[in-house]
Amino acid sequence: MSDLLVMRGIVKQFPGVRALDGVDLDVRAGEVHCLLGQNGAGKSTLIKVLAGAHQPDEGTVTFGGEPVRFAGPIAAIKSGISTIYQELDLVDGLSVAENIFLGHEHAAFGFTRRGETNKAASELLGRLGHGEMRPTIEVGRLAAAGKQIVSMARALSHETRLIVMDEPSAALAHDEVANLFRVIRDLTAQGVAVVYISHRLEEIREIGDRVTVLKDGRTAAVGLPARETPTSTVVSLMTGRDVEYVFPSRPAPGSHDNRPEVLKVEGLTLSGRFSDVSLTVREGEIVGLAGLVGSGRSEIVETVYGARRASSGQVLLAGEPVPPGSTSKAVRLGMGLAPEERKSQALLMNESVARNITIAGLGKYSRFGWVDRKKESAAAASLAETVDIRPPDPRRPVRTLSGGNQQKAVFARWLVEDRKLLLLDEPTRGVDVGARAELYAVIRRLADEGVGVLLVSSEVPEVLGLADRVLVLREGKVIHESDARELDESRVLDMIMEGSAL
Amino acid sequence: MTDARASGGNPQSTQPPADEHTRVEEQARAAHPAEPGVLSRVGQARHLGLVVALILLAVVGLVTTPANFATSSNLVSILALASTIGVITVGMTFVIIGGGIDLSVGAVMALASVWATTLATQAYGPVVMAICAILVGTGAGLVSGFLISYGRMVPFIATLAMLVAARGLAQRMSDRRTQLVGPDNSAIVDLSTTRVLGLPLLVYIFALVVVIGWLVLNRTTFGRRTYAVGGNPEAARLAGINVRRHTMMLYALSGLCCGIAAVIIMARTTTGSSTHGDLYELDAIAAVIIGGTLLTGGRGTIIGSILGLLIFTVITNLFILNGLNTSDQLIAKGLIIVVAVLLQRRSLESRT
Repeated sequence: MSDLLVMRGIVKQFPGVRALDGVDLDVRAGEVHCLLGQNGAGKSTLIKVLAGAHQPDEGTVTFGGEPVRFAGPIAAIKSGISTIYQELDLVDGLSVAENIFLGHEHAAFGFTRRGETNKAASELLGRLGHGEMRPTIEVGRLAAAGKQIVSMARALSHETRLIVMDEPSAALAHDEVANLFRVIRDLTAQGVAVVYISHRLEEIREIGDRVTVLKDGRTAAVGLPARETPTSTVVSLMTGRDVEYVFPSRPAPGSHDNRPEVLKVEGLTLSGRFSDVSLTVREGEIVGLAGLVGSGRSEIVETVYGARRASSGQVLLAGEPVPPGSTSKAVRLGMGLAPEERKSQALLMNESVARNITIAGLGKYSRFGWVDRKKESAAAASLAETVDIRPPDPRRPVRTLSGGNQQKAVFARWLVEDRKLLLLDEPTRGVDVGARAELYAVIRRLADEGVGVLLVSSEVPEVLGLADRVLVLREGKVIHESDARELDESRVLDMIMEGSAL
Repeated sequence: MTDARASGGNPQSTQPPADEHTRVEEQARAAHPAEPGVLSRVGQARHLGLVVALILLAVVGLVTTPANFATSSNLVSILALASTIGVITVGMTFVIIGGGIDLSVGAVMALASVWATTLATQAYGPVVMAICAILVGTGAGLVSGFLISYGRMVPFIATLAMLVAARGLAQRMSDRRTQLVGPDNSAIVDLSTTRVLGLPLLVYIFALVVVIGWLVLNRTTFGRRTYAVGGNPEAARLAGINVRRHTMMLYALSGLCCGIAAVIIMARTTTGSSTHGDLYELDAIAAVIIGGTLLTGGRGTIIGSILGLLIFTVITNLFILNGLNTSDQLIAKGLIIVVAVLLQRRSLESRT
């Protein structure tokens, strides 16, 4: 069978990060080609290049035997490549049929032909094995699985020869996944190729034909047989790193055992997200949560912090109960959070570095609500120096800083003397290797000064290298807890991907 | 969304800048003038544009009506005219920087003026009348704020409802009649007639509100948090700011300003009436926008708003002095809003 899509030596550079560093990909017509790789390996960037959302800096793409260069998403769709993103891009207020034909409506003189549209939509839905879905129903009323069908119907409404699916099973229940696979098999039988992205190895074994593994923006293996390749081979391809992270040295195991508990979480539950999570963090200890996206790790941290309201369970900070659902009380009791999405959840992009640092502790630099600006700018300058923000000018707009330095500014925000617990959600996302080592050193230094740290990361080596103790999560439950030094990366990956605890 | 905001409403801002350094410095200067006093703030580019526009309008006034424009009585009347909406504009600036909008300001001012001039209230004397107006304004603002922050209503809808309801309540209380400030309470009217250094007292009230507003916005934790809440509400919440309570306070503050404006309008017209302040909300919002405050929140200044308002007031004055049609005046104002926003967008784009 000839290759439908051939990508060679794709390079994509972003400011400070080389997201793709020479990736190759071959996809044949009628096959399910799986794309594997850890977070940050470059999967998302690669599919955005494929979808025309990013233009590659170097490399060639050949589709259907001809070299192509997509100026934008519309060009890619017109050539026959459709992409179904994890965040489904549907309009809730429009009907199923209207969503399917959004942008290329059946119309005459600007008036949509509703009958024709609905009939064509029904045909497409039938082709996907969902002839029972009414094309007139509002998309907002469909569940996740239904929306996915609509997205696929939209992809088919164009002359599609290749469909890219980004973690299509993440939002689906078990029987819905089975249905998704049936649809995928129908499509491939019709000669459509599917690029399938998932973290779940068992799915890849079930639906996939061949596997390409990405690692640190490069292709680690091309076109492995999906069913025959042993898990250990796949995991070692995903993990064998070129870059070794430099982690600061840790205190001896068990050295925190006699320190007081800073955080005690008992039976914490957020329905639909995670259930019955209990954990403790002691003074000076770094506790890591490892798990896949959707395993509940970020939600646990946000619930502890009061950004989400727990369904049940209790959070104690230094013995004091933390009322659910109030971030301002959590902060007053001595917590601090560096959230997952730096730009949308942490930073005030209009403001200077100094103001980003002082916003959480304004009360400390003010008297009766009046900001003591000398005290404030002195504090901002010294905090910025503590975490070594470069360039060392706190008056710069925060948006001009690199990702790593922005993250340092978020850390600095919480370095006021009375913090007891820091919650760090993906602290090194989008940060280059050099800055990572600096962030790790800052985190360890904070712990050594007596702060408790709860660390979330989708990068297993980071959790294992930095934390003292590790909790492994799968589907909202803690499935394993032990000293970080007793675990290695492939064992943790085994646990979170296959669910085999120990 | 946040990215678009941060780059001044330009959603395509991901391309790496070519000349990072010069731009970075420009931004640094714009965000932090060397000495952030009143004068240097006026010296910022966008404020400079407003000052130039104001001077140009004054030149037009001097040329077209040399006999009337530059007289002290005309300048005093411009300031007196600006005082009422000016006080409201200060509150509106806070609300808009905080990411909201308050459509109810004119109606709330009318309600406060009516409530303060009922016979029952007037019986307690001028001080109680003023306090009554301020409390009514603040109370109405608290109600809007509560609906928006805890009732999770869209600010546009909640304050639109307040606009309609407050106007109706004012009509009901006054029986649609204009209520005169009684002779025993002429102290209220004295605010308009008593002059210090040639200016009526109410102009000093206006100036005081502007100064206090500027201080609160730039020198207090409340002001700092207002920028944070408007610029990125999620980040503000995760930094431990009680965003809901803060939002409610912003509308209460706007209501408080409406109450003060009600005292000024009672002084100027010697009446309380349900028809006071019709369409003031549009003038106030326009002044804030012309002054360079982003309607999406997180960025803006009080000085800019006041300059915007003065431009509007001078235009009104020029049209009256030249005996021109008031309809043309509205057209001119509409054009000014469009031009001001277009110019601001260009200056924002050149910086980001």
